[in-house]
Amino acid sequence: MLMNLFKFKGGVKPPSNKLQSNHLPIAQAPMPSRLIVPLHQSIGGTPRPIIQAGDHVLKGQMIGQADGWISAAVHAPTSGTVLEVAMHVRPHPSGLDSLCVVIEPDGKDEWITRTPIDHRAVPPADVFHHLQQCGIVGLGGAGFPAHGKLTPSKGVAMDELIINGAECEPFITCDDLLMRERADEVVRGIAVFRDLLQPKKVLIGIEDNKPEAIAAMRAAVDAQNEPFSVVAVPTLYPAGGAKQLIRVLTGKEVPGSMRSTADMGVQVFNVGTAYSAWRAVAHGEPLVSRILTITGNVHAPRNYEVLIGTPMDELLALAQPHPDTDGILMGGPMMGFLVPNPQVPVVKTTNCLIAHADRLFPPKAPEMPCIRCGACARACPHELQPFEMYWFARAKNFGKTQEYNIFDCIECGCCSYVCPSRIPLVQYFRFAKSEIWAREREKNAADQAKTRFEFKQYREEREKADKAEKLAKAAAAQAAKKAAEAAAAAAAEGDATPSAGAAPDAAIATVNPEKEAKRATIEAAMARAKAQREAVQPKNVDNLTPDQQKVADDIEARRVAAHLIAPEPVAPDNEKSE
Amino acid sequence: MDILLAIAIMALGAVVLGAALGFAAIKFKVEGDPLVEKIEAILPQTQCGQCGFPGCKPYAEAIVNGEEINKCPPGGAEGVQRLADLLGREVKPLDAEEKPKQIAIIDENTCIGCTLCIQACPVDAIVGAAKQMHTIVAQQCTGCELCLPPCPVECIHMEVIPETIDNWKWKYPVIEIKAAA
Repeated sequence: MLMNLFKFKGGVKPPSNKLQSNHLPIAQAPMPSRLIVPLHQSIGGTPRPIIQAGDHVLKGQMIGQADGWISAAVHAPTSGTVLEVAMHVRPHPSGLDSLCVVIEPDGKDEWITRTPIDHRAVPPADVFHHLQQCGIVGLGGAGFPAHGKLTPSKGVAMDELIINGAECEPFITCDDLLMRERADEVVRGIAVFRDLLQPKKVLIGIEDNKPEAIAAMRAAVDAQNEPFSVVAVPTLYPAGGAKQLIRVLTGKEVPGSMRSTADMGVQVFNVGTAYSAWRAVAHGEPLVSRILTITGNVHAPRNYEVLIGTPMDELLALAQPHPDTDGILMGGPMMGFLVPNPQVPVVKTTNCLIAHADRLFPPKAPEMPCIRCGACARACPHELQPFEMYWFARAKNFGKTQEYNIFDCIECGCCSYVCPSRIPLVQYFRFAKSEIWAREREKNAADQAKTRFEFKQYREEREKADKAEKLAKAAAAQAAKKAAEAAAAAAAEGDATPSAGAAPDAAIATVNPEKEAKRATIEAAMARAKAQREAVQPKNVDNLTPDQQKVADDIEARRVAAHLIAPEPVAPDNEKSE
Repeated sequence: MDILLAIAIMALGAVVLGAALGFAAIKFKVEGDPLVEKIEAILPQTQCGQCGFPGCKPYAEAIVNGEEINKCPPGGAEGVQRLADLLGREVKPLDAEEKPKQIAIIDENTCIGCTLCIQACPVDAIVGAAKQMHTIVAQQCTGCELCLPPCPVECIHMEVIPETIDNWKWKYPVIEIKAAA
C-alpha cells in the first residue's frame, strides 16, 4: 500500500549496531538461581504484596495486587518458595532500594490455573480488569499499564491505532526478533486492541532497517485477513518515540501540554505489549517473562526470553562478556543508564542489556563551554531550544526552563549526541525537571498546610465564641432564677417594698453574667478535683497488724537491694553511682 | 475671556480626571496587602513559630514592617534568597541551623493519650482522642516540632524523611575538575 509519510524535524543517525544480535533466533534463558521481583514495575500505584516469606508460589500466581486504576499486578515468574519480601536495589538511576519479592525456584516451573477470556464476548471493563490482573504494561520503555490506554477519550473519535515496532535505539533488536518469530500472535494482540478502541485505521510502523520483520508482519496480517497496514518508516533516531511515530505516520503533531494522545484520536502501543496482551487474553498468561537483547561487549550477543526478576549478571554470563566489561547499560546507548550494580533484576521495561566497556563507549572528554552553535536545536525532534534550556537549568532558573517548554523534552539524547562541546544536556534537563517536580510537591504541601492552619484557627475562634455564649446563657438563666426566687420570697413575706432587695442583686448578676459563670465553673471544677483526690487516697497501709507490717518491710528491703527503687535517704549518691 | 476659557478647560479636566481616579479607586480596590501575600507564598507554611511569630502570615506581615528576612529555618538559605529577590534586600545567612526535612513520629506504645500534642499541632495532623493512642498523619505533618514540648511522656521524636524512589531527584551534573599535572 502506498502511503504518504511525514517527517519530524531533527533526529540523528547513530551507528545502529543491530546486526550483532539479530541473526540468531530467540533463546530461552536458563532458570536463574533466584528471582528478585520488584513490586513497583509500572507507572502508577505501587502494588501491595499479598504473599509472605515461606509461602510456596506457582508460576503466574499474583504476588502484588494492583493499587488503584493506573497500576498493574505483579506475578511470580516461576514456581518456588518466597524467601523474603524485602528492600532490594532496583534497576533505576537512583540506585535506591524498593520493595521486592525474592523467590527461590523449585525447578518445576509449574503454572497456576490459567483463565483465558473471550474479549469479544465480555464487556470491555472485564477485559481491562483482566489485563490489569495479568500485569500487562507498555513494554516499550515507559511501563504505562496497558488497560489505562485502551479507553477512547470522551467526545474524540479514535482515528488511528499505531503499533510501534520502530525500535529506533541502536543495539536493541528484541522487537525485531519478536516480530520475525511471533508475528502471528502480535497481530492477534493488535486485533484485541482494535476491538477495544474501534479505530478507523490501524498502522504498524517499523523502521526500514528491519526488512525481515516487515515481511513477517505483512505475511501475518494477510494470513489473518486483517485490514492493518504495515508501514516501513525511514530509519532515523528517535522515530520510535510515540510522538515522532505519530507525526511520521499521520502528520499529526501532539501538543506538548496534551497529556494523552487519545485526545487527538491516536493511541500508540508497542509490539511487545500487543504480544503479551494476546498471551493474557487467549492463554490467561500474566506477564512473567519478556524478550530482551543482550549485546555490547560480549562474545555471543543474542535475544533471550527471560523471566522477570532474573539478576542481570546471570544473564550477561550467557552472552560471555569480554573481560574488560565494567558495567551493564539497561536500555539503549541513547536513553539507557548504567545499572547501580550487576545483581539488579530484569523488570518488565528492560528491553536490552549492553555490556559496557570503555572500548565500546569511550568516556566523554570533559565538558566545554557552550558556543551557541545551535546544533542541538537542529537535532531536537521536538523543536525545542536545548541551548537555552541548558543555560537556565545550569543557572537553576527553573521558571525560565519551563518557559522554553522543558517538559516537552523526551530526553532522547539527540542534543547531547550532537553537541560539539560534549555538554551532558539531557542530564541538566533531568535535573531541572526533577527539581521542578519537587518544588511543585513542596508548594502543594505548603498550600495544604496553610489551609489546615487557617481552618484550625477559625475552629478555635468558633469554639471559644460558642463556649462564651453558652456560659453567658447559663449565667443569665441562673441570675434570672435567683431574681425570681428572691422576688417570690419577698412577695411571700409581703413586704411593703418587695423589689428593693432582689432588684440590685439581679442587676449585678446580669451586669456580670460572664464573671458569675466563670466563678461557678471554677468552683465546680475545684469541687470535682477535691472529690477525685479523696477518692484515690491509698487506704491499704492503715491499721496493719505487726505481721503484715513486717512482711511489707521485708518486701521494701528486697526492692531496695534489687535497685528497683532508690532508698530515700541515699538517693542522690545512688543516682551518681549509676 | 481667553483666561476664563483656559481656567474652565483646566477645571473641567480636573473634574473628569478626578472622577476617573475616584472611580478607579473604588472599582479596582486591592483587598489586603499584595506584598504580604507574595511573601507568604515564599514561606514554607510549616507554622512552626521558629521565627518568633505565631505562624507564617504574622511573620510575612512583620517582614513588610521591616523584620529581618533570615528568620525562617524551614525555608532555608534558598527561602532567604527568594525573599531577598522579591524585596530587593540584602541576602543574609540564615539565623539558625538548616535542618533536613523531617516528620514527627509518635511511639504508640508509650503514648498515654493525653491529647496535648493534638492541641499543639498547628495543622491538625495528629489524630486520637483522650486516653486513646494518638498517631501522626505523615502526609500532613510539616515537621514543625511544636508537638515535642507538650508531650508529658516524651513519646514523640522527629525523623528525617528518607530518600525513596518517589522523591529522589536527579543531581546537578558535576563538572569534574582535573588536577593539573
